[in-house]
Amino acid sequence: MTLLAAANGISLPGTDDPINVSQTVGFALLAALMIWAAIRVVTTRNVVHAAVWLVVVLAGAAAQFILLAAEFVGVTQVMVYIGAVIVLILFGVMLTQAKLGNDPNLSRRNWYGGAVVAVVLFGLLAFATIDTFEDAKLPEDRRMALPAAEVGDGEVPRTESNTGAVSDAVFGAYLLPLEVLGVLLTAALVGAIAVARKD
Amino acid sequence: MTSAVLAFEMAYWQQSVLRSVGVLAAVLLPAGTIVYLFLFKMMSFMQSRLGPNEAGPYGSLQLLAEVGKWIQKEDIFPAKADRKLFAMAPYIVVASVLLVYVAVPFGPDAWFARLDTGIFYVLAVSSISAIGVLIAGWASANKYSLIGGLRAAGQLIAYELPMVLAVVGVVVQAGSLDLFEIVRMQAEGEIFGLSWFGNPFILTQMVGFVIFMIATQAELTQPPFDMPVAESELVTGYMTEYSGIRFLLFFIAEFASAGAFGIIAATLFLGGYWLPGLDMHADYMNVVGPLVLLGKMLFVTFIIFWVRFTYPRFREDQLQKFAWTLLIPLALVNILATMVLKVAF
Repeated sequence: MTLLAAANGISLPGTDDPINVSQTVGFALLAALMIWAAIRVVTTRNVVHAAVWLVVVLAGAAAQFILLAAEFVGVTQVMVYIGAVIVLILFGVMLTQAKLGNDPNLSRRNWYGGAVVAVVLFGLLAFATIDTFEDAKLPEDRRMALPAAEVGDGEVPRTESNTGAVSDAVFGAYLLPLEVLGVLLTAALVGAIAVARKD
Repeated sequence: MTSAVLAFEMAYWQQSVLRSVGVLAAVLLPAGTIVYLFLFKMMSFMQSRLGPNEAGPYGSLQLLAEVGKWIQKEDIFPAKADRKLFAMAPYIVVASVLLVYVAVPFGPDAWFARLDTGIFYVLAVSSISAIGVLIAGWASANKYSLIGGLRAAGQLIAYELPMVLAVVGVVVQAGSLDLFEIVRMQAEGEIFGLSWFGNPFILTQMVGFVIFMIATQAELTQPPFDMPVAESELVTGYMTEYSGIRFLLFFIAEFASAGAFGIIAATLFLGGYWLPGLDMHADYMNVVGPLVLLGKMLFVTFIIFWVRFTYPRFREDQLQKFAWTLLIPLALVNILATMVLKVAF
């Protein structure tokens, strides 16, 4: 059971469902594209090219979220990462060193340390995902059904928007963590300004 | 849209092809209308001149002549430019605009994609164009272009925030991110006990509407917010090195996004494809709805271009100060007031 599903009493997509072939094919294509783009991010010798390849990786992640019917998370990914973080990266690169062409000093000698961290992180995430979802498959109807208890006899289970489900979880069970996170980010922002200000 | 209008079932791929062609039409028609009506004719009228009048009746074919001219022009790459990124940048900007139109409700069944997250999606994809602009400015290998790109990105970041905050007021009042739901709430709502004209959110969200329009003006980098393309100091900024079809793409994107923001403003604040006296769920709305929305869009873009041709340019620091010290606090107060009133009533 995922935390979200546990909090709302929504059951995970059944393990008896047939495999959604087109979704699986789409996942494989997007994953291949993302892996290729991610390799290019770290191997290209041009900072701006690396940022553009990073856009491909992040857009692929957004597409994966949409493929998993997590539309809200996918759009948030576009809004926050592509619309803000990448723009800030490009902005910073162009303000500081906007030179064209390749930069031979981009690769560091201790890059294999990063590779080890990446492999460990991959293992942890893969274990957590497989352990949580086991054999669960995505249902053909991608909207979350209401809990069976609220549906009367002979009634077709009403489906609710996934965005609504996300907001219920965030402003219900997870309200306190959300508020704490908000205060933490604001404090970080104020702190960054305080450190950067000269006068 | 297609299945309801043509009244026969089509395979998924046929619908998808038709919807893709539909998006192209939905982008190019408003853009062409805006360019002819406002950029050619209204601007000429306001400057006491005739404007284009040779090509076609009243110069209506001038736009086609211009497109033909641009397509014929040589596609120039500057010697030191980053060729791949230079070639790619206009397409990113155009793609951003095309993606905005995907989520717009034109009628009860006239839509390209029906999204739960409607308005949030629109705001997210419209911010992609900043990447195209930055890349164009950098890849041109030109100092003017780089400064223009940086200015554009700084401006887009600064005015993205008041725009999102202005939309939050509407979302709180409608209780949904879905654009269809927002239109329905306006059509079926009532204000002060009157219900025959619904409750277009411009009545209750006047502050939000004004902030949205100012932010739109800045996002479009139009005067008085046109420092990124300031022709007298930056030689049109990030577009300096572009010519031929790539310049045409930037040009189309500029006016198509004016149309896109006009449509979004009409949907959020003016009742979308609905007009008083029309049944918003009826089948005929699939034909009438797009026309109503086009009319409302022309009204909104008229205001945008009226301001464009009237006011002189801000200074860069004035622009940033205006966004951070006036628009954003005002939008936050607007959200707070909306939430209090929403709970109270």
